[in-house]
Parts: sequence; C-alpha cells; structure tokens
Amino acid sequence: MLQYLDFEKSVAELEGKAEELRVLAKDDPDMDIGAEVSQLEEKAQKQLSELYGKLTPWRRCQVARHPNRPHALQVIESLIEDFTPLAGDRGFAEDEAVVGGLGRFRERPVVVLGQEKGADTNERLRRNFGMARPEGYRKAIRLMELADRFNLPVLTFVDTPGAYPGKGAEERGQAEAIARSTEKCLELKVPVIASIIGEGGSGGAIALATANRVLMLENSVYSVISPEGCASILWKNADKAQDAAAALRLTAQDLLSLNVVDAVVAEPVGGAHRDKGQTIQSLGDAIEKALAGYDGMDGGKIRLERREKFLAMGRQKLD
Amino acid sequence: MNWITNYVRPKLGTLLNRRETPDNLWVKCDECSQMVFHRELAEAQHVCPYCSHHMGIIPEERFGRLFDKGEFETIAQPETATDPLQFRDEKKYTDRLKDARKKTSRDDAVLIGKGKISGVMTVAAASDFNFMAGSMGMAVGNAFLKAAETAVEAKAPLIIFSAAGGARMQEGILSLMQMPRTTIAVQMVREAGLPYISVFTHPTTGGVTASYAMLGDVQISEPDALICFAGPRVIEQTIREKLPEGFQRAEYLLEHGMLDMVVDRRKMAGEIGKVLRMLMRLPAETAALPDPNGETLSGIVEDKSPASAKSDKT
Ligand SMILES: [Zn+2]
Repeated sequence: MLQYLDFEKSVAELEGKAEELRVLAKDDPDMDIGAEVSQLEEKAQKQLSELYGKLTPWRRCQVARHPNRPHALQVIESLIEDFTPLAGDRGFAEDEAVVGGLGRFRERPVVVLGQEKGADTNERLRRNFGMARPEGYRKAIRLMELADRFNLPVLTFVDTPGAYPGKGAEERGQAEAIARSTEKCLELKVPVIASIIGEGGSGGAIALATANRVLMLENSVYSVISPEGCASILWKNADKAQDAAAALRLTAQDLLSLNVVDAVVAEPVGGAHRDKGQTIQSLGDAIEKALAGYDGMDGGKIRLERREKFLAMGRQKLD
Repeated sequence: MNWITNYVRPKLGTLLNRRETPDNLWVKCDECSQMVFHRELAEAQHVCPYCSHHMGIIPEERFGRLFDKGEFETIAQPETATDPLQFRDEKKYTDRLKDARKKTSRDDAVLIGKGKISGVMTVAAASDFNFMAGSMGMAVGNAFLKAAETAVEAKAPLIIFSAAGGARMQEGILSLMQMPRTTIAVQMVREAGLPYISVFTHPTTGGVTASYAMLGDVQISEPDALICFAGPRVIEQTIREKLPEGFQRAEYLLEHGMLDMVVDRRKMAGEIGKVLRMLMRLPAETAALPDPNGETLSGIVEDKSPASAKSDKT
C-alpha cells in the first residue's frame, strides 16, 4: 500500500475518496462512478504536480527516505540480467546491507554494488536499514578488485542513511574500511558509475560513490551529515532540521550546480515510488549513456580522469 | 533513524582560555588536577609531568620539537574559495571563520612544515584543533594535497598529525569530497615510493579517520587519543547501552589491530625518525644529534613564532 508523506495529505484525501468509490462500485455494478473517479484523480494529479513542482529541500529528504521508494535490489533486479549475488568479505561476515555481484547490464557484463535498506520490517532488520558495517565495505572492495581484474565496469547504487554507528562496527575498523573502499574506487582502471537513488549518507555513501560519473535521481539527497544531525550540532536543536536541509544544499539540483554530480535523472510527478518502472528505466538509460563514454578508453586514462574530477572539488573559483 | 553525527565536543575549551590568558601561569591538568607551571608544561610538550595526560598542542609547537633543532620551513598553501554554500546556521560561516582566524592567527586548520627529522628531509602537516575543531573543508583538503605534492617534489616522506572533529559541515557536500581528495594525496606519496606516516592525536573522528588518517604505511597514535568514525555519544544513542571503559581510545584501537603503536609525544620525534630512516633505507643514526629539546623551545612558547622557522608564506 502506498504511504503518504505529511505534506501529501490533500492528495491522500482525494485518492482515498476515489478508492472508496471504486470499492462501492464493486458491490453495486449499476453505479456509474467513472466521471467522479476521474475527476478526483485529475484533481489529485494536479495537486501532486503543484506540490512536487516546488519541493523544499526538507521535503526532498522525506521523498528520498520514502519507504515505497525503489531500493537498490529492485533497481538491480530490473536493470541487471543474470544477476549473480556474491557474498562475504572473506574475513569475518556477510553484511546484507551491501548487495553485490555479477550481472549483465544491457548485455555487457558488470559488477554491481548497492546499499539495500529492505522492503519490509524483517528485511530492514536483516539489512540493518542499509547501514553497512566494515564487512560490507570490505566485500565491496573485494568485488571492485574482481571487476578490475576481469575488466568489468562497476555500477553502484547508493542508498544509505550512513555507515552503521555500532560498537562492533567501530571495533572492527569502520573508518579503515570506508577509507579503503574510497581508495579502491580511486584505483580502478575500469569505469565506475555511481547512482544516488535515495539517501547518500556521508562517509557511508562516498565509499561507494567515488566514481567517474555520479548520477542522481531527482528526489535523492546526498550530504555530509543528515539535516537532523546538522541541526542538533549547529543549531543545537534537532527541530531545525528543515533549516539545516536548506543550508546543506543536499538536493540533486544543488549538487549538479556544485559539480559534485554529473547528471540528474528525472522522476515522475509524485516521486519515484509512484512509477518505479519508469524511474528505473530512465536511470538505466542515463547509466548506459555514462558508460558509453568510456568505451575503448585506456584504463590508465579512466583512472586519471576520476582522480582529476575529484581533485577539482576544492579548486573552485575564488570570489 | 538518524545519520551519523561525527562530532566531538572539544574538551579543549578550558585549555584555550588559559592559553589566551598570559597572566594565568599555572595550568590545571584535566586528568589529575595537578597545577603545572606553564613553562614546565610547554617544555614537556603539553604532556602533564604528573600523569602523562596529553593536552592539545598547536602545530608550531609540535613542529618545534619534531624537526631536528626545531628548524623547519613553513610551506605556503594555495588560496581556497571561502564559504562555497553561503552557509549560515545561527551564525554565518564567514563569521565563524573570522573568529577562528582571529583566535589562531592562521587562515585555516592546517600548518605544513618541511625540515629534517633524524636527518631525513620530511614534510609534515598538522591540524590545529583550535581552528573550528580541526574540521576538514576544502582548505584542509588543499593543504594535505599541497603537503603531498611538496613531499613528492622533495622525494621526502610525509607525516600527517590529525586532530579533527570530522568534516566541516558548513561546506556541505564539498567537505565530504575532501575524503577522496585527501585519499588521492596519500596515493600520490605512495606512487612516488615514499613513506606516509599517519599520527593520530586527540581527537580524530568522522570523515578524517575514514580517509587519509587510516591509510598510513605506519599508524601511530598519542596515548589515550579518541579515534573513531562515529562518536561515542552517537553509538550510545544508537545501541542504547553504555560503552566499555577506554572504548575508541588509542590503546583500544591498538588492541583491535587498527594501529601499529601508541607513542608518548615526548618520544614521538625519535620514534618517527627511526622508522623513517629504515623506510628510506638509510643507515642508523650514529652521531648523537643535538638535543632537539634544547634552547629553541622557550623561544617558541614566548612569541609563538619560532625564530628558527623560516616562512615563505605570502
Ligand atoms: Zn595530569
């Protein structure tokens, strides 16, 4: 069932009424509801496009975290054929917050990596809400090495509130694992295409997003800290998350203007969760276009290009 | 579900106040509460002579005792755009920067020095925790890249002393991007076949720990330094249990395999020099060096600008 966000209340009411009518009509086949239903739905559509035409940064955070939003596995299942999950870091554990493996993206074999939040309560727990432990990053490193050895492009799908802040995670070197994963991204002689599909949460995200091309779904967010965290530190008041969301410039549009992401992939009116298939196909097209730019490019050049891209992020023009 | 908030409230506030008050000649140790005469404390490199508690130390003083005879050249840093996001919370970022610059007399958090350690020409960079908690923004990223480039040019090893509350939130995503950038700095030194020693000091947290700091060929920490990705408070809130004594402290990380050694600040220069000479395949140092803890120090403490340190900063 579709869940509504607080600012979608008016839409929820209209769509709820339309649904009620449909249920009533089911019991009474003589009832003619067609005109009324389509009127309600038209009205709901109009409200949606008004709301989504001017989403505030905070509302984008809400959409990015929407429980019905397409998650990494869904994206992988739609875009990747012959997906063959590979498991484990070979040192300690299999971390199910990070999914990865081999597969075919529009025929070409690739290595895919994604952070999976989970679709229902049980799965969310199993996947730790997409918050990886060191083993998740170490598995990612292992699979990136595999990609490099067999000359396969790497596609990553980033969607995490952040790396897991847990006792064991710290003891087993969360910081080191993230550092090594970022470092591995920078070493690869194959193209890395990262897609931010929901939340790009800080160090937990950069470890899989240090890519040649970074794509971002229109209502995704990518930030050094969550608005809530930022508000509680700088405003000393977690209720100021809306202000922090605006100040952090974490929307896809902001990041495009800061040259941190390379392309923004449009979502349907009302957000990706209202038409997952269309969203995922648009993302696939953007990935294909990004990958094509590296066809025939020398591995050393691919690596150098990635390095130069990140080196530039601090050499912005002086005012 | 909250994201990770990588931030540690500095315990250094008190230390700062007494630094700013020249009349306050006695410093109370936070650990053992003993009163220490300021000159004695400076001579001990801000390590409590009673309980060996390592207090904050500014980069100039650290370098004064790290490099042979306290001699080093300050390496100029590239100019960096300020306030890329026009960030403001309760206060404008530009005002916070202004305050930090006034307080520390430096443009941003990092000082780069070049000089000899145990006779080995070396480039060192150190963060000043007093400058916005040593947090990593574009200027800090540029500083470490400059330090790495200087090391590669001089065929010299690189040493970075970290002290940071994490990323510079006021620079938003651009502060996060300094994680890959500083990683590239490490790669440049490595590709040149030169050693990179990472030294953790209290505290080193967040995106700083999770990038260049954890990528050392050799990783050393000062005693009892807090080293973490997520801060202890965040973890306690997440797992809703109390953390064990000494959790995320240097000795704990040593025990868990994340560090090579924990070294007292007063022995740091010697230990680094010994390691560097071996990594650079140089013979052991035979001739007794002049005592680096000699006369230069009091000069540094009095006027905060080592007379022996040349500066090419423009
Ligand atoms: Zn003491």
